[in-house]
Amino acid sequence: MGQTFSEKILGKKAGKKVASGDVITVSPDYYLSHDNAAAIIGEFRKLGLKNVKAPQKIIIILDHIVPAASEEYAQNHKTIREFVIEQKIPNFYDIHHGVCHQVLSEKGFALPGKVIMGSDSHTTTYGALGAFAAGIGRTEVASIWATDEIWLRVPETIKIELKGKLAHGVYAKDVILKIIGDHGADRANYMAVEFSGEAARDFSIASRMTLANMAAEMGAKNGYFEPDEKTQEWLKGKAKAEYEIITSDKDAGYEAFLDYDLSTIEPQVACPHTVDNVKPAKAVEGVEFHQALIGTCTNGRLEDLEVAARILKGKKIHPRVRALVLPASRETYLEALKKGTLEILSEAGCVVLNPGCGPCLGAHQGILAPGEVVLSTSNRNFKGRMGSRDSEIYLASPALVAASVLEGKITDPRKYT
Amino acid sequence: MKKGRVWKYGDDVNTDVIFPGKYTYALMEPAEMAKHALEDLEPEFAQKVQPGDVIVAGKNFGCGSSREQAAACLKYAGVQAVIAKSFARIYFRNAINLGLPVLQCEEASDNLKAGDEVEIDFAGGKIISGDKAFKFPPLPESVIGILEAGGLIAYTKKKLLEKK
Repeated sequence: MGQTFSEKILGKKAGKKVASGDVITVSPDYYLSHDNAAAIIGEFRKLGLKNVKAPQKIIIILDHIVPAASEEYAQNHKTIREFVIEQKIPNFYDIHHGVCHQVLSEKGFALPGKVIMGSDSHTTTYGALGAFAAGIGRTEVASIWATDEIWLRVPETIKIELKGKLAHGVYAKDVILKIIGDHGADRANYMAVEFSGEAARDFSIASRMTLANMAAEMGAKNGYFEPDEKTQEWLKGKAKAEYEIITSDKDAGYEAFLDYDLSTIEPQVACPHTVDNVKPAKAVEGVEFHQALIGTCTNGRLEDLEVAARILKGKKIHPRVRALVLPASRETYLEALKKGTLEILSEAGCVVLNPGCGPCLGAHQGILAPGEVVLSTSNRNFKGRMGSRDSEIYLASPALVAASVLEGKITDPRKYT
Repeated sequence: MKKGRVWKYGDDVNTDVIFPGKYTYALMEPAEMAKHALEDLEPEFAQKVQPGDVIVAGKNFGCGSSREQAAACLKYAGVQAVIAKSFARIYFRNAINLGLPVLQCEEASDNLKAGDEVEIDFAGGKIISGDKAFKFPPLPESVIGILEAGGLIAYTKKKLLEKK
């Protein structure tokens, strides 16, 4: 029997043939952390070591609460900046770059065949570019800083075969919400999810990142798209290192096959308070909300902002709602600025925030009061995530959110697209 | 063996209700973290939990964020173990790395009720409540060493010393 992508790449790293279920020790290519590097530094200090083992593999991107919203956050950032200098860490990105997952990709670290561990659950995003990328906790990163090693269980793989063309007004976000709604928040727990088929190849890199990002919401260890000419084109001028394309064998063993015909999918909404509580948009049309968020590492790329701008161009948001726009990175922000996309959104009445995690994790920039409802393009709608425990979060595509801010209530975007 | 009472919850208890994101970069002290444990699921939990108490839940406990405080706050609140039908992957690793035992046991999850008194026999792989006993599979060997050392930092420290 052949091997899956994950078996091949982890086997290559471990220096032996491995199969799903094996526990192996590997040395990752890169390890990411963000504002939580401050806590990781604290754990690292407990080890009594003077130096990290491989500073060139450490990537730190400040994004969670940027600029610092309080003295405590400011102190965290300061601690991190001092550590970066002390340990001569070359790949440090301060507060002006954007969300770690977008920045790490744009800066050319997310490459086919690389093993990347990150102290953030949406590290799965880099699978969009053919990397093996999984989230871990802070203590584990401290240990990797010291040893340049981590133990991993080789995951089983679920293959999601995508065919057909998306209908008008339907996007990558609707596809992943539909899959999560059908199969549940733990369907892929401990497993890899491989997005495959002609329709997977049709997706832009940005859309692939939306899918791989939200594989985490199925419990997946990592997501994966087979790199193709689009991947190589996207990486041109960006790739920080040589890379090798690793793909699953045709006769690889899979845990399950899930088939989706994209032409049958309609706009979707994840309702409070779990990401797998998914309904077709028409079932929740008319639900009123107070705040909208368009952006984040899930849907804050140029194609997402442009979809929203096309809908909002020359119009005004409903007077009862407020709309926040959160580009995923400074590069995205600049592109959207030069193209006039941000101008359209601002003219429509949106508040354009600086790139970063912003209100998605409820620490600053648009926290919800009790009783408030938000409609967001982000990836998580857990109770209390964006503010009060008595607030509610609905998740949807940028098109659906943009159409809805015009009407002040959840709206099927197809009449606007 | 320490006795404790059961706090019972359902499926998909996520990291945000265990430890809200707004505190993740603000609270660093164990006692402070413990004060907010399970705040958005059961606001009285932190005041009422006793050392040795046990959390019993359904499937996919700890889904969501990679934030380690979702395991740390329970440990610092005195919880001796979390028993669930299954755990989210990152949560499982985090709990082990911090020395919080996480036990997979469907039978215990189905049968134990809030307020039940339980004892855990870690070596024997048994959860005991009154005249009932529920078996749980032993933890993988790769993680026992970490738990025995008291968490990953202590374990790594030991390994680094051995290498020297």
